[in-house]
Amino acid sequence: MEKEIALELRNITKRFGSKVVANKNVNLTVYKNEILSLLGENGSGKTTLMNMISGIYFPDEGEILVNGEPAVIASPKDAYNYKIGMIHQHFKLVETFSAAENIILGNGEPYKLKNVNSRVREIASKYGFDIDPGKKIHEMSVSEKQTVEIIKALYRGADILILDEPTAVLTPQEIEKLFGVLRRMKEDGKAVIIITHKLNEVLEISDRVAILRKGEYIGTVETAETDEKQLTEMMVGKKVDLKIERVKIEKKKPLLEIRDLTVKSDAGNIAINNVSFYIRGGEILGVAGIAGCGQKELCEAIAGLRRPESGHIMHKGESIVGLPAREIIKKGISMSFIPEDRLGMGLAPSFSMTDNMMLKTYNEGITPFVNRKSARQRAAALIEKLGIVTPSTETPVRRLSGGNVQKILVGREIESGPNVIVTAYPVRGLDINSSYTIYDILNEQKKKDVGILFVGEDLDVMLALCDKIMVLCHGEVMGVVHASKTTKEELGLMMTGSLDLKQEKEYGKAKDSNLTDEQWNEADENSEEKEGEQ
Amino acid sequence: MKHKQKVHEPLFHVSKNDAMPVGKALGIRAAAVVVALIIVGILSVVLIKENPFEIYKALFTGAFVDVWTLLQNIALLLMFGLAVIPPFRMKYWNMGANGQVLVGCLAAIACMKFLPAYFPDMSDALIIVLMIAASLLASVIWSVIPAFFKAYFNTNETLFTLMMNYIAIAVVDCFVFNWDKSGSGNIGLVNLLTRKAWFPDLGNKYVLSIIVAVVLTLIMIVYMRYTKHGFEVALVGESVNTAKYVGINVKKVIIRTLVFSGIICGILGALYAGSISHTVNTAVGGQGFTAILVAWLAGFDPLAMVFTSFFVVFLNSGAEHVSVVFQLNSNDYANIVVGIIFFCIIGCEFFIRYRIQLNKGRKEQN
Repeated sequence: MEKEIALELRNITKRFGSKVVANKNVNLTVYKNEILSLLGENGSGKTTLMNMISGIYFPDEGEILVNGEPAVIASPKDAYNYKIGMIHQHFKLVETFSAAENIILGNGEPYKLKNVNSRVREIASKYGFDIDPGKKIHEMSVSEKQTVEIIKALYRGADILILDEPTAVLTPQEIEKLFGVLRRMKEDGKAVIIITHKLNEVLEISDRVAILRKGEYIGTVETAETDEKQLTEMMVGKKVDLKIERVKIEKKKPLLEIRDLTVKSDAGNIAINNVSFYIRGGEILGVAGIAGCGQKELCEAIAGLRRPESGHIMHKGESIVGLPAREIIKKGISMSFIPEDRLGMGLAPSFSMTDNMMLKTYNEGITPFVNRKSARQRAAALIEKLGIVTPSTETPVRRLSGGNVQKILVGREIESGPNVIVTAYPVRGLDINSSYTIYDILNEQKKKDVGILFVGEDLDVMLALCDKIMVLCHGEVMGVVHASKTTKEELGLMMTGSLDLKQEKEYGKAKDSNLTDEQWNEADENSEEKEGEQ
Repeated sequence: MKHKQKVHEPLFHVSKNDAMPVGKALGIRAAAVVVALIIVGILSVVLIKENPFEIYKALFTGAFVDVWTLLQNIALLLMFGLAVIPPFRMKYWNMGANGQVLVGCLAAIACMKFLPAYFPDMSDALIIVLMIAASLLASVIWSVIPAFFKAYFNTNETLFTLMMNYIAIAVVDCFVFNWDKSGSGNIGLVNLLTRKAWFPDLGNKYVLSIIVAVVLTLIMIVYMRYTKHGFEVALVGESVNTAKYVGINVKKVIIRTLVFSGIICGILGALYAGSISHTVNTAVGGQGFTAILVAWLAGFDPLAMVFTSFFVVFLNSGAEHVSVVFQLNSNDYANIVVGIIFFCIIGCEFFIRYRIQLNKGRKEQN
């Protein structure tokens, strides 16, 4: 069958500033009735390229052809006129509006709820979505919000759909469902472009894979004729060993014991509900869960940045609840949290690398002056050790690429010689090589008997790296499973709360605790007294 | 096709330019000055029908008519700027330097006026010490009140500090009308005849404030660049979250920094009372807002602020000189000149930070 071209890009180039070339002479063809994966490491220009198709950016050079005709797409509205719809990684929905209201927002059509609802249901049943058009966005789960975004594009008649990392926020079951929808769209004659960096998904869903590397178009391959290895090589430009090592070491005593911990979020809701678990020295405990189910609050409670409502956090048998953050740092508990914007906590973006190195140590010594000299030496040593690419130790870190910024953060935390590392999303947005560097660093620390709490997103990685995985759902523990004995499906079910593996009452309490039962009881009484005072 | 190819293709686009060579940046700034002078020249011919080159000459020589006054004006503006730099670095938008200096000056004048009356035997030195202490105390209180509310209740410091200025003005008015029964609203120079508790002259009346300004600038450079306190101030300004994360007590840093800022205002207030004005009225000081401009132009760097202070004082005196030389009835024309020059110089920063590329000719290339 002759394939019909839906979209063609010719020699597209986009620059940011004088030095950054986000896309360079990219050529890409998308056919109708197909799913094309756009694969590339972070910073390879996937999103920039798609933003040019959807009218957010305008290319510096080159041309875009839609259905064989040259197209000028200067705004998202133009894109809709060409029947191109993009589903962004961060949803662009009005939280207090209903699904139907969001779908017709900006469409210019009169708001007739009955018509909208029936058309939305029609689209939903055609492609196999579940949606309640009257439901407000803020009451929706992440996957429901995504559904609204997709229907919004389809409602406006999009024939070319672009999805930017749609699976990053979904559980395995939700991903399956989304893929089903995408396949039906394809059968319906639509062209679907999906951006992702998960190779197994690429192989599962797409017909062809286009690869970008550092803004340049590397090539397109038929999915049926390729494998993970070849794709990685094209993406990275050299051979990469894709195995994450799980270091086996002897069981140590619990380092950090958390019992009956309850923590509230900023909004005052219960974010962590009566959670008990422990981390041993030389152990990586993974924390899996849908985004925003209490991970942040848990990390902040351990680091002393958020006061728990109740419960205990014992470090080597001593309570650290209520201690100032600086005292907790001194005890060797390191916390690093990479938020979505990747610079929010732990680093000061406009500070130099030297200044960032001394963020936690600037206060040492009795003189009123900071010791920049030693910080500079440590920065230079870290650059050497982790291969950080930076013009100098005095360059503001915000000028560096994400991978290098995260290496600085993780490197600094490890250099301080912690005995407990709490790290949330340490590889968020990193390319493959940088990610593996980080895994290596963590494994190295594990060998030094450091206890590691690894809050992660990618279940495949967690299954390979962690010793045990704790699953959170709405702030409650659904169970702790051995990474070698569980499956992605099981974790997925636990993440959505459909599977609860906490069998007994004593769940999450170490038998070889640092404290005796009497001491725990005493701690309980003490904290009750304190609550009484408040 | 419904959509023809003639649709609005953007004419140009703007992109960030992170690393422009210093030389080129200076060149752009120089060009901005030239553009400003050309506009000033055209306006001179059109509005007041004078030879533009005579105007330029008056503009440039104006500042140097009286070098000591020039230096003192720079020193005063610089000290106001030094008072706002630490809070601004912290992203605490302190609009209240005027009020803080004013209450300091009021407290010092009160000491100067009444201590000799109640304690005739008190030495000048002791009175001066008490004047400075009173001024510091008053300024620090004025500066810490909004800081306290910011730290503990997250109030908006911009409005709060701004309002504190008006309270300060009202307080000063209140005292002045009480002290001066004639109702003229003017207490005149305090201790004019006896020169009791006037600060020492050191050659001429300008030198003291200049020396103090130099010392404070040096202290501020060291404080902001090399001390732990300065590091904390910068970190709180950069990201409150990160500051908390590394264990900094943000509330403490906010209050401590505003105490420091208040101390500088207090010193300035004492200087006005003892060395510059020898009186207090609502017009004393009043450089707090110009200081914000100066601090901002300098990127909150104390050393760079020496130059921006000079630049602003230079322009203002030049413009005033123009009014005098050409016998203009008001300062309006001078203000227009200053405005044009500022507009060009601040506006050119856009061309340093961003690049503008025309999309014209793009099609022909392909």
